[in-house]
Amino acid sequence: MLASRALVRGLQSGFWRRVSTSSSAWAAHTHDVDVIDCSVPQYNNRLDTPLPDIPFVRNLSAEQKKLKEKEKGPWTQLTKEEKLAIYRLTHELTFPEMKKGSKEWMTVLGGIFFFLGFTGLLVWWQRVFVYGDVPHTLSQEWVEKQTQRMIDMRVNPVHGFAHKWDYEKKQWK
Amino acid sequence: MSLPKPAMRGLLAKRLRFHLPIAFALSLVAAAAFKFAVTEPRKQAYADFYKQYDAMKEFNAMKEAGVFQSVRPSGE
Repeated sequence: MLASRALVRGLQSGFWRRVSTSSSAWAAHTHDVDVIDCSVPQYNNRLDTPLPDIPFVRNLSAEQKKLKEKEKGPWTQLTKEEKLAIYRLTHELTFPEMKKGSKEWMTVLGGIFFFLGFTGLLVWWQRVFVYGDVPHTLSQEWVEKQTQRMIDMRVNPVHGFAHKWDYEKKQWK
Repeated sequence: MSLPKPAMRGLLAKRLRFHLPIAFALSLVAAAAFKFAVTEPRKQAYADFYKQYDAMKEFNAMKEAGVFQSVRPSGE
């Protein structure tokens, strides 16, 4: 029972890992998803660290090297597309792209409800097959006699139990 | 590109000046609402109950029903 649930979770994380590395464009970049060498600076997309330690693209092609050379000159001579290309060389995601939400919460909520339902089934089985009989004081006859006694004793006569009983007509109000 | 200099001081004071009166007002409203929705009706219900309450009659009714241990119903 527990092993199958661990297996499902392992399958889910493996699925997400494969999805995140499936694009071939990732090979040119500084990510190494399976083993990260933490002794060298890492690239990160973080809202609280706007200037990452290293640029996103380390191995520049010839075209990109030419762009970097042009960047050393006056920036007014760069076209808009060149400026954007330079930005994308050093950064992977823009702030709006970083902040963009995902639909993961639906999966999480669905998983929660699914496992809650499964737990409900387990609890039901337990109620049927594990628990013994309920005490005799909860039987219909006993509860009737108990209710009559509570009415006779005038339990909570101002707001509560006996207040709701009509003593003349001998019935509930 | 000349933005105005933002407020550097007095930020908490400004916030408190705005929120404290509101907080006090809302607390008073909550207390008044509880008093007039809960405690006054409750006091009135108890007063009305005991205005028409005949203790001996209730006692005899309870006695006949057999709920006491020290005094049994008149039949026994």
